[in-house]
Amino acid sequence: MVALTPTAGAGGLAATQAGGPATSSRRRRRTGIGRGLVLLICGIYFIGPLVGAFWFSIQDKVHGGVQFSAYAHVFSAVGFSDAFMLSLKLGIGTVLISLLLMVPTMLLLHLRAPKFRPVVETLCLMPLVIPPVVLVAGVGVVLAWGPNQLAGTPLQTFLNAIQSGKTPWVLILEYVVLTLPFTYRSLDAGIRSVDIHTLTEAGLNLGAGWGTVTMRILLPSLRTSVLNAAFLSFALVFGEYTVASILQYQPFAVFIVAAGQTEGQLSTSLSLLSLLITWLLLLLISLLGGRNSTKVDI
Amino acid sequence: MTAQSRAGSSSEWSPARPATDPGQVHELADGSGPLVTLKRRRSYAWVGLTPFFLYIAAFFILPTGTVLFSAFRKTDADTGVTSFTGSNVSSALQGVYFTGIKNSLTLALITGVVGALVGLVLAWAIVSSTGNVLTRFVSTAAAVLANFGGVPLAFLFIATVGNSGLVTKALADHFHINLNSDLHFDLYGITGLELVYLYFQIPLMVLVITPALEGLKPQWQEAAANLGATRWQYWRHVGAPILAPNVLGAALLLFCSGFSAYATADALTSGAFPLIPLQIHAVISGNVLAGMENLGDALALIMVVIVVPLMVIYQLLQRRTTRWLR
Repeated sequence: MVALTPTAGAGGLAATQAGGPATSSRRRRRTGIGRGLVLLICGIYFIGPLVGAFWFSIQDKVHGGVQFSAYAHVFSAVGFSDAFMLSLKLGIGTVLISLLLMVPTMLLLHLRAPKFRPVVETLCLMPLVIPPVVLVAGVGVVLAWGPNQLAGTPLQTFLNAIQSGKTPWVLILEYVVLTLPFTYRSLDAGIRSVDIHTLTEAGLNLGAGWGTVTMRILLPSLRTSVLNAAFLSFALVFGEYTVASILQYQPFAVFIVAAGQTEGQLSTSLSLLSLLITWLLLLLISLLGGRNSTKVDI
Repeated sequence: MTAQSRAGSSSEWSPARPATDPGQVHELADGSGPLVTLKRRRSYAWVGLTPFFLYIAAFFILPTGTVLFSAFRKTDADTGVTSFTGSNVSSALQGVYFTGIKNSLTLALITGVVGALVGLVLAWAIVSSTGNVLTRFVSTAAAVLANFGGVPLAFLFIATVGNSGLVTKALADHFHINLNSDLHFDLYGITGLELVYLYFQIPLMVLVITPALEGLKPQWQEAAANLGATRWQYWRHVGAPILAPNVLGAALLLFCSGFSAYATADALTSGAFPLIPLQIHAVISGNVLAGMENLGDALALIMVVIVVPLMVIYQLLQRRTTRWLR
């Protein structure tokens, strides 16, 4: 009987194969080729359109050759800065409101009201289930109540205020809903990874009040997961198209599509930039998560 | 710490109390002072949760519920009286809307199944081969495409194989092949949509199934090998049964994500292709006959009726598998 290898690795696996070293190495080579083939085909499928789009965006159609004007002129394109600023505003607004709403809720949920956890979890994950187009259809119906059923009431004023004005608050309010699943998961994972019960009890026993415990123990130990939630929400809002375009606003993603009607190169370059920026943002999150491996461990 | 040992230590402090309910304050044995624990007494903590519940009620449940409600309401054009009716739903199941539902289901089914199979193989290839840096690279890239792709994906493909795309032109100029008429490929039709949808479906499958593949313990394969099993027998009797619920659940998730997707299809076809989400948009922005105003709500109801049960099954399958794969 062959002993079990304590280290779980491919080499250890092969050594314990019943078939002996010759068969296992041949088998390993065969899997290696299969794996390489899979990675190659998928690589072509996934990298092809990226390379193609990049090449398309730098082609000089008039003189032939290469030029980078689609990238150089991004900021001077008509409507770009408005759309970009709007997206920035929506992103920051959404992040602030969702953190303000969810951080206290999640702390309370874990520390004081655990029996509500299943309800809150289900509600937070529901926006992943209900298609955004259904939600926005409903928002449209509710907004239409303003001048009809609710005419003359304070609610009409409210519904008016969130639609018009410099900041389309209705988008921010709905984006908070759309980002709930991400916010919930990040914060939940963060709270689970530190033993906040023990930390809170320790703080209280050392004479701290709830305020001190929150500010100096709970929030600092949740720093990474709060940042995670913020970045993910921001990325989601920055690329959001469905709600904004149906409610007829023009943030970044809607602008890309509108520009695509006339300037293919501009939309292509903006699409590439948007994917790249989102990817860098997620890479940053993943690095933050990796560095935080020295958690408060009790 | 097990439940027993915790209960044991607790009863040393206060033998009079039930061990499972430690109460709010324990007197230490030497009387040095009270020890605060998080209390279990009647709590008003739910009051703190009201902002959350109010927010969800106002900005999520109210709009969604309204849609589902008005799907069954119709205002009579002559009398102006609004009443309950099934006619919105029945018109939503006919003609061009039936085509839309059929197209959406086909698109979701094909990209769900193909995406799940290809994604599974790709995830296996990634899990079994890479180092730490590449894994991080690939997993973040997959997350971008799966969750944040939307509009940009459409433009990647338009630039490559669209009407004036790079590959389209190269084929036409150098090989005299027309992508559309010779190869029967139309980026703005159902084949094109399938190709573009797979660009986010496959990464989604990789994201969802990778934890499950990583959860297959090497010890299981070693145990099987030591008992004389071949690799095939291991996968047939151990690997596949453990992964099956997970793969099935992931395929359901992919189906729903393909069914609900809006941005990519809208950007690709300018809203012209008959898919149910695009039709909802067309209807609620007023492109509809008088007396059919609530048709969009009926279409939305149909989407919900299709998606919600599948997602519930997905959740149940996920829960079932977490028992084995941690």
